Amino acid sequence: MTSTIPWERVRQAGSKLTTPLHPDDYLRFINPLWSQRELRGRIEKVVEETEDAATLVIRPGWGWRFDHRPGQYVGIGVQVDGRFQWRSYSISSAPRRSGRHIAITIRAMPEGKLSGHLVSLTPGTIVRLAAPEGDFVLPDPPPARMLFLVGGSGVTPVMAMLRTMDRRGHLGPAGTEVVMHYSSPTEERMIFREELLALEEKHDSFHLHRLHTDTEGMLELAHAERGLDAFCPDWRERETYACGPAPMLDAITEHFEREGLEEQLHLERFTLQLGGEGGEGGTLTFRNSNKTIEADGATTVLEAGEQAGVGMPYGCRMGICHTCTLTLVSGRVRDLRNGDEFDQTNEQVQTCVTAAVGDCTFDI
Amino acid sequence: MAISDVTEYMHLTDEQVEELGRELDRIREEVEASRGADDAAYIHRMIKVQRGLAAAGRLTLMLTPHSRKTRVPGAVAGAALLGLAKILENMEIGHNVMHGQWDWMNDPEIHSSNWEWDTAQPAEQWKHSHNYVHHQFTNVLGYDNDIGYGILRMAREQRWNPANLGQPVYNAALATLFQWGVALHDLDIERIRKGEKDPAEMKRQLGQILRKGRNQILKDYVVYPALSGPRWRTTLTANATANLTRNLWSYVIIFCGHFPDGAMHFTEEEIEDETRAEWYLRQILGAANFEGGPLLHILSGNLGFQIEHHLFPDLPSNRYAEISERVKELCATYDIPYTIGPLHKQYGQALRTIMKLSLPNRFTSSDKPPQPPTRPDSVEAPPVDKGRKSDAERPPRRSELGGWSRQQRAS
Repeated sequence: MTSTIPWERVRQAGSKLTTPLHPDDYLRFINPLWSQRELRGRIEKVVEETEDAATLVIRPGWGWRFDHRPGQYVGIGVQVDGRFQWRSYSISSAPRRSGRHIAITIRAMPEGKLSGHLVSLTPGTIVRLAAPEGDFVLPDPPPARMLFLVGGSGVTPVMAMLRTMDRRGHLGPAGTEVVMHYSSPTEERMIFREELLALEEKHDSFHLHRLHTDTEGMLELAHAERGLDAFCPDWRERETYACGPAPMLDAITEHFEREGLEEQLHLERFTLQLGGEGGEGGTLTFRNSNKTIEADGATTVLEAGEQAGVGMPYGCRMGICHTCTLTLVSGRVRDLRNGDEFDQTNEQVQTCVTAAVGDCTFDI
Repeated sequence: MAISDVTEYMHLTDEQVEELGRELDRIREEVEASRGADDAAYIHRMIKVQRGLAAAGRLTLMLTPHSRKTRVPGAVAGAALLGLAKILENMEIGHNVMHGQWDWMNDPEIHSSNWEWDTAQPAEQWKHSHNYVHHQFTNVLGYDNDIGYGILRMAREQRWNPANLGQPVYNAALATLFQWGVALHDLDIERIRKGEKDPAEMKRQLGQILRKGRNQILKDYVVYPALSGPRWRTTLTANATANLTRNLWSYVIIFCGHFPDGAMHFTEEEIEDETRAEWYLRQILGAANFEGGPLLHILSGNLGFQIEHHLFPDLPSNRYAEISERVKELCATYDIPYTIGPLHKQYGQALRTIMKLSLPNRFTSSDKPPQPPTRPDSVEAPPVDKGRKSDAERPPRRSELGGWSRQQRAS
């Protein structure tokens, strides 16, 4: 064959045979990955990292582009009791255009029902995926000097960045010089410990500073002997990437703000951080469901909708995955994270992180 | 004036009607709370079987060798598989998914907002004419356009017109071309004829119907026959047979839902200030069930549990059988009729009504259960004219009937 037929054209033609359905609606019964109606992936391998964390190696199906940027996260959806539940996790593998797999690393949270379910998935399981997103990414080319401040499972996006720099040869005498602080309760619970130690061995320009918080106490940023100035005296001249539990990130933000260096700080939060002011509240109208409810300014649109009995779509419930996005027909909502307001007619808003400012109408 | 004041069910006090409503709410809550993996497995299995049947039917028709020995059995098998697939898709899957029965799974691939079914009517228009207009105003004269679909006179209260003499013929035509009748249902041809229809809305709806109808026709009557090569004529006939089978079957099932003798009609006055409990009561009185085994119920989309479907249009259809046991008990407790019979009897009654009502009322007798003497407006009420209410003239939508939203983009 001298010329290739564009794949999309073949699919278009195929849909004439299957209308009103799509060929994918049939093909997925032959191979579950042969559908891009919703992005899918098959768990190929489950690697135990620590006793409560595991890496899922996932083979994405049709429609997946291996073009995520190191540091981004993906949504993963699984059916629990018949219902799809979604969470977002950082991709820990480096992006490869010729790649066939992605890896995400998950720690089973003590009270997290879904994370416990995810780490116990078996190879062969089909999961739903959401395309990579997130601004917590490694710049290309990377800055000359970087500092990573990591706590617990916050290591995953940073691991993707380190692996990428390692593979592309950025970690070297001529490349980026990296200091990484990694807080973990114990040595055993430190995800990717061996790989990080191997990286440190391999590259003179990579310095790992480990802290076992159960025995050595929490990171005290301002402390003269145990703080930033001790293990990274030139931290003020570095681009800093921090990912970890909310209290740690709060302390880091505060510390950088005190020094007037917040421009150099990049954060990834995996919990809903209500930094902004609440809304004023108002009457929420769910147009198609014909339901209304009064909500105060601290109640998210998602919670209000659920209280009203509307079948609200949701995923991560912390403003990451966009599963909950609805059309705001009229009115104004405020993003509880940062106080941004949205009031355009028919604007798309994330219901899990916004609250009403006055009366609002939603298209659901 | 509400339904409990004017019907023979005056033996129920307002408090009893409200108590009945609470009992039904309780059933809904229990079923909603117990939806789980087994229910999800049911609809997934149903979809898998349906797509398997469809693929098997198409392949049988395309690949059967064109010899004298195999031609006819191949065509019969192919048409049967395809007909069965279309019936399953329309009845147990499409209709029920579009009611929102499976929305709780949070799966965009099986969701009322974007399901498109294998029949000529665009899903969006179906969700308006069926979920809203029919389910909310069930059997209310002048409000429910499904009382005869604007083609047949199905209630004695509807005004007779000489054109009704042709009912036996219209009925046969409707049964044969059922999917096309359904496709035009939401257009409201009456309003178009009178020039009252908003031209922009009409254009939008017609566009949807033409696009969908064209794709459906192309698929069954051009593309698959063409792919069958020399056997194109066989494939075309088999596809037409499959569509016809589906049309006749869905017609019969749907006519058994509200046209058997036990299903009552209601008047505009009776839905004024209607409470939720009274709405429930109207659904029980306005619908009719039929008996059958599990296979018959699946092939009819569980519409043999029409009463349960009308009480809880958005609960998963695989639960209607168990719900029906509890509804029957409630009806016995409150002494409310629960209309049920074998399929052939229910359809026979519907057919008899079609024939009888082609004539003016004075030539025929009513087969409805005797109306109570206390009902003040059952005898003298003026006949109801043809014509439909626009959405603006109707009470707003109830939410439990399944979603309805206009598509922003043309599909």
